[in-house]
Amino acid sequence: MKLKWAYLAFLTGIAGLLAGCEPLLVLNPKGPQAETTANVIWLSIFTMSFIVVAVLVMLAVILFKYRASKQDPDYEPPHIEGNKYVEGIIVTIPILIVAFLSVVSTISTHQVESPPEGYSEDEPVVIYASSSNWKWHFSYPEQDIETVNYVFIPTNQNVEFRLYSHGTISSFWIPQLAGQKYAMADMTNYMNVVAEEPGEYMGRNSNFNGEGFAENEFTVTALPPSEFDSWVEDIHNTADPLTEEKFEELLEPGHLGQMTFTGTHLEFKPAPEGENSPHDHGGSSDSEENGGHHHH
Amino acid sequence: MDFFDRFTIPPHDDPMLYASIVAIGLVSIAIVFGVTYFKKWGYLWSEWLTTVDHKRIGIMYIISALLMLFRGGADAVMMRLQTAVPDNSFLDAQHYNEVFTTHGVVMIFFMAMAFIIGMMNFVVPLQIGARDVAFPRLNALSFWLYFAGAMLFNLSFVIGGSPDAGWTNYYPLAGTDFSEHVGVNYYNWALQISGIGTLMTGINFIATIMKMRAPGMTLMKMPMFTWSALITNLIIVFAFPVLTIALLMGTLDRQFFTNFFTTGDGGMDMMWANLFWIWGHPEVYILILPAFGIYSQIIATFSQRNLYGYKSMVASMVIISLLSFMVWVHHFFTMGQGAVANSIFSITTMAIAVPTGIKIFNWLLTMWKGKIRFTTPMMYSVAFIPLFTIGGVTGVMLAIASADYQYHNTMFLVAHFHNVIIPGVVFAMIAGLIYYWPKMFGFLLNERIGKWAFWNIVIGFCLSFFPMYITGLNGQARRMYTYSEASGFGPLSMVSFFGALLLAVGFALIVYNVYYSFRYAPRNVGDDPWNARSLEWATHNPVPEYNFAITPNVNSSEAFWDYKKNGHDLFKGGIKDIHMPNNSGWSIILAGIFFVFAFCFVFHVWVGVIIAFVGIISCLLYRSFEKDDGHHIHKEEIEETEKKFGGAE
Repeated sequence: MKLKWAYLAFLTGIAGLLAGCEPLLVLNPKGPQAETTANVIWLSIFTMSFIVVAVLVMLAVILFKYRASKQDPDYEPPHIEGNKYVEGIIVTIPILIVAFLSVVSTISTHQVESPPEGYSEDEPVVIYASSSNWKWHFSYPEQDIETVNYVFIPTNQNVEFRLYSHGTISSFWIPQLAGQKYAMADMTNYMNVVAEEPGEYMGRNSNFNGEGFAENEFTVTALPPSEFDSWVEDIHNTADPLTEEKFEELLEPGHLGQMTFTGTHLEFKPAPEGENSPHDHGGSSDSEENGGHHHH
Repeated sequence: MDFFDRFTIPPHDDPMLYASIVAIGLVSIAIVFGVTYFKKWGYLWSEWLTTVDHKRIGIMYIISALLMLFRGGADAVMMRLQTAVPDNSFLDAQHYNEVFTTHGVVMIFFMAMAFIIGMMNFVVPLQIGARDVAFPRLNALSFWLYFAGAMLFNLSFVIGGSPDAGWTNYYPLAGTDFSEHVGVNYYNWALQISGIGTLMTGINFIATIMKMRAPGMTLMKMPMFTWSALITNLIIVFAFPVLTIALLMGTLDRQFFTNFFTTGDGGMDMMWANLFWIWGHPEVYILILPAFGIYSQIIATFSQRNLYGYKSMVASMVIISLLSFMVWVHHFFTMGQGAVANSIFSITTMAIAVPTGIKIFNWLLTMWKGKIRFTTPMMYSVAFIPLFTIGGVTGVMLAIASADYQYHNTMFLVAHFHNVIIPGVVFAMIAGLIYYWPKMFGFLLNERIGKWAFWNIVIGFCLSFFPMYITGLNGQARRMYTYSEASGFGPLSMVSFFGALLLAVGFALIVYNVYYSFRYAPRNVGDDPWNARSLEWATHNPVPEYNFAITPNVNSSEAFWDYKKNGHDLFKGGIKDIHMPNNSGWSIILAGIFFVFAFCFVFHVWVGVIIAFVGIISCLLYRSFEKDDGHHIHKEEIEETEKKFGGAE
């Protein structure tokens, strides 16, 4: 009995803490991809609480009813082998729940792996995000600029991040905009992100990659397309060009803060995609299809 | 001296580290001095270090597991202390990285594995009415290889530096480009030699269970723990060779300049992740199935009822073992293999919830119409059911690939796997230890202290890990040595730290309980202190060397219950001479040479490697030509022993 009350008290405590806090980042989405995952998470929390509550109630009732101190000292518990109807039920219910969640998982995974609905027709803004210990380099091939540890994106436009690494495996994550994906040295990953609200969002590498991992963060600023364009223009007027020599310097392990350049490192150090990928993963058409990515 | 430079640890400005080195040195000296002073070397050598008795090997595994639990637990408390407040500087980043890597490796390989293998060693031969395992000498070698691996790993702390790439040891981070010092070499070799020991255990126990069951015990009449042990060992035999080869490839990369997992020259870093988890996910079930077995025994005993749905319990474990090899990709949904592959692995992963759910309901139905006694082992089992359910359903949440893109690498994941491993494996092992304590030592552990420990551990567990679900959803990545105040992770991390302290108090109480009960507990507990049901309780407490004076005759999975309640004739015929295996120092010597071999390999001391290799081959040759027919315990001696326990059956 004590047990049950301890749990109840604890769960209430947790709920209280939850209610008292700011909305949690993952459950406070600012774009369609993160919204899909937030909805899936809420749906799974509700489904799963149903199971947890059912088990808790059954356990509490059984412990209350069949505890030895409450029973006749002469009571001899019966020998029960099992019952095919009861066992049928305890197999069927989990199967139904899992089948339901399998459908949810398959649909939502396809959703977040493709450009969000309503944005799939437009040409995406392409930004290469590459990691080095312990920095993020953002290259804009069309705008011909490069930033370090911060990225500006236009709102309400599909941004295609192309992820890779100059060394260790890292994981590119902007909790309020989209779930994460790995950046690795020998292949390029693709991720579609749309921000529907202007604002500044936290982004980070979530995959442990050594001593400077904790500070391996960046900021994402989403701003209306017109402001985005003038930001690009500003950079062309003020920033220095990125030279190969300078870029090699940036790759040295350490932390750099935020930096801005014109030009991108892709010109002298291309991303590992297409013919530059050391593993063509069994033919390029195949790998692209598997990546859920459609080239134009 | 260039040669000796390699043995120094990488510079740390950390007084804690030097304090620990001094502490380790002092404890070692104290142990050697103590054993010498009390003139116990002879006893230790002839009764323990050379033993081939499965019960003693089991006890040695469990003692080692407990030592490792405290080592890994100290790491855990240090981590929670470092992250209790924002921008803390108790540990620096490098030290924190070594601490969490060590915590993971020690807890999985040297604590949990040793605990379940120790439990199987002690219980399985008794449950099937055997005198020992199929290959007793090999069994001793398994233990000593495990022990050599564990000691080698712990040595990294003071000589050369600990591994720092996480217990998952992902390349290229673990490669020489990013982790230059010998830490990862230690990882490779410590896991390699203890892994070989585990593989031999797998073979040994499959042979034991398939060939040495008492007359009448068909497969479907085996007690549930033995079933879980059989399936676990089958998984071991299929999964561990993958780890062996992956570690070898890692060693070749680091020490012989090959390019299996490097990022250039045709290497593929994610190959390691795949191989690691092809072993690693079955490993999860290697740990949890024996725990399920223990719970099945305990819940049936203290509900005073037979286990509900025996057949579906067995079937669900078989299904789990098959599915366990089909889900490894869920450890890196974020690798970019696309929606189709992720959906498939998402579904196979969720499918495991079905057989697991069946087991939960079967345990509930075992208690239904029972007569439940709340002893300490039962309290752990009762707490296990809801806590493990929470761990299980969060596992289903993680299995939804799209949502996993948000949970992956976060504290949510850390909360989940501790939520299955602690109430699942750790509670089961503590419960099992308390339950089988009288079988091991002939007295009961104190229930009052035991219950205090229980409440500390359960509440400490909840306080430690439930907050992590929340900070994970709030964007806290795992393995960060610190975080800013603005992140808002501070208050809940502080709660976690308090939880860790309660857990530490709980475990300390368990140790105190052992001391207290050893001094004060009554010794006349009899052979059946729990009113138990399965065959292992049909012999004496503590169990005599030969296990059963007369080989039992079994007619059900609850042979002892049938004997007590239904007048089943368990022991037919009279006492005869019993054939037993001889003790041997061969296993510990061979494992010692393996230790030297691996240590020299870690540091590229090739002369030592070659000499040790010759030593290993010599030991194997010696064993091949050795003649050892074992010995007999004579009838009179057995009768004498049985009389001391209050008469033969």
